[in-house]
Amino acid sequence: MIVSMDLELKDRPGQLVQALKPLSTFGANIMSVLHQHDQRTPRGAIPVQVVFQLTNGKLNDIIAELENGGVRIVRVGKKLMYEEVTVILIGHIVQSDMGDTIDQIDSTGFAEVVSLSISMPGINEPSSASLVINAVGMSELGKALDILRRVASEKDLLVIEPIEKDQLSVKT
Amino acid sequence: MKTIRLSIIGFGAVGQGVANALLHKQDYLESSGINLKVVAISDSHGACIELDGVDLEAALERKKESGSVATSDVMSLKVIRDVDHELVVEATPTNIDDGEPGLTYMLEAFRHGRHVVTSNKGPLALKYNQLCDEAKNNAVHFRYEATVGGAMPILNLAHDALAGNRIIGIEGILNGTCNYILSRMTEEGLSYQHVLGEAQELGYAETNPVYDVEGIDAACKLVILANSIFGMDVTYDDVEVTGITRITPEALTLAGDVGMVIKLIGEVKDGENGVIKVSPKLVPEQHPLAVGGTLNVALLKTDMAGPVCVTGKGAGSMETASAILSDIIAICRNSH
Repeated sequence: MIVSMDLELKDRPGQLVQALKPLSTFGANIMSVLHQHDQRTPRGAIPVQVVFQLTNGKLNDIIAELENGGVRIVRVGKKLMYEEVTVILIGHIVQSDMGDTIDQIDSTGFAEVVSLSISMPGINEPSSASLVINAVGMSELGKALDILRRVASEKDLLVIEPIEKDQLSVKT
Repeated sequence: MKTIRLSIIGFGAVGQGVANALLHKQDYLESSGINLKVVAISDSHGACIELDGVDLEAALERKKESGSVATSDVMSLKVIRDVDHELVVEATPTNIDDGEPGLTYMLEAFRHGRHVVTSNKGPLALKYNQLCDEAKNNAVHFRYEATVGGAMPILNLAHDALAGNRIIGIEGILNGTCNYILSRMTEEGLSYQHVLGEAQELGYAETNPVYDVEGIDAACKLVILANSIFGMDVTYDDVEVTGITRITPEALTLAGDVGMVIKLIGEVKDGENGVIKVSPKLVPEQHPLAVGGTLNVALLKTDMAGPVCVTGKGAGSMETASAILSDIIAICRNSH
């Protein structure tokens, strides 16, 4: 789970450390901290946005600890599925029961198909589809792809996957 | 000045490219202190043997006019065995079934103490370790940069320029014909069959395109990379291969909708999660691997230098000759 939190800190030394300590205590992996010292909220506090990854479900503990420490929590946003991949399928996609292919991924509970576009040029010609799969983490995404590969091979569909991501920083 | 006598075995597009390159690079070679003397050229009809040096211009002319370079009926194997020289340029066509005749030519050259430079993938994709062992046992050099990626330097890049690095993985486009077909399909929205026909007309694809479009050619090159750079012991049969024949224009459009292109990617990775695979993959449009036309490209992941990417022309007479010439020069510099 990816959590984003908007906090308000008093303009006193040590406040940021105070705010981040509960995150490390409960095993959160901090992805980003935006500390806008030159800005003030209507209440005169300093706004801080933190984004962190949490895999142990201890969000309530973190919230309680922050509140105990006097940190004001303005907003908490959660995003369960945060890994995404787009794949292309080619073959007799509709005839081979696309619903079943999607079900096999959705029924895992840790991954789901969130988007599907199919292009069908002619009745007896192979169709092409692009499929977006979301999952709760990298390894779950890998498992979802394993399922897709297996189902596709049973149904004689060609799966085109993206190259690995960690290659070169790519300007977009 | 160091003089190296060489033979050119096989006088098709590659062999002729080498002869042309030697003609045009005479001054460069002399200034590098290297004197290359071609003492024999052979093709499937016979050979032309001149111990004082073959007149390359005349040989090229003869090939053009009569279809053969031969001035005698001495065959290639006899040239390799009996003509006194130091280096064999093996440029016969690739045969992926048994590697012949190139395989026998190379092994015989080693047994007679001659260095070999080749552009012929077949023997290396089938008998890499046997060839390397034979070269080693006879204390001669064996270089084959031209077998992978044509003019694009990849083997020498990994072995020499990146020496000291561990190469973690390589990914790339190793077949220009497939790249041309996919690029044209993407740009024009045309069907695979249509673009294949066009590629055949332009001479980018063979009359029998199976070797290219089914990914076999790319797989052979991958085997050479795997064995040479990663020290694996694999052959063509170990590669998981999917070609491009099922790719539809609609799939390319769908990929384009999310900023991707489809490329036939060869990948080899060492270690626990090792892979050796050729398959169509989605590549972000801005990624260095997303090169168009007939270009080849390779991305090497290294432990010290990080990712290193190289791209270039993967085929063509002069481009392949460039890779062969660089191997010949390297041998001249390294042999005593």
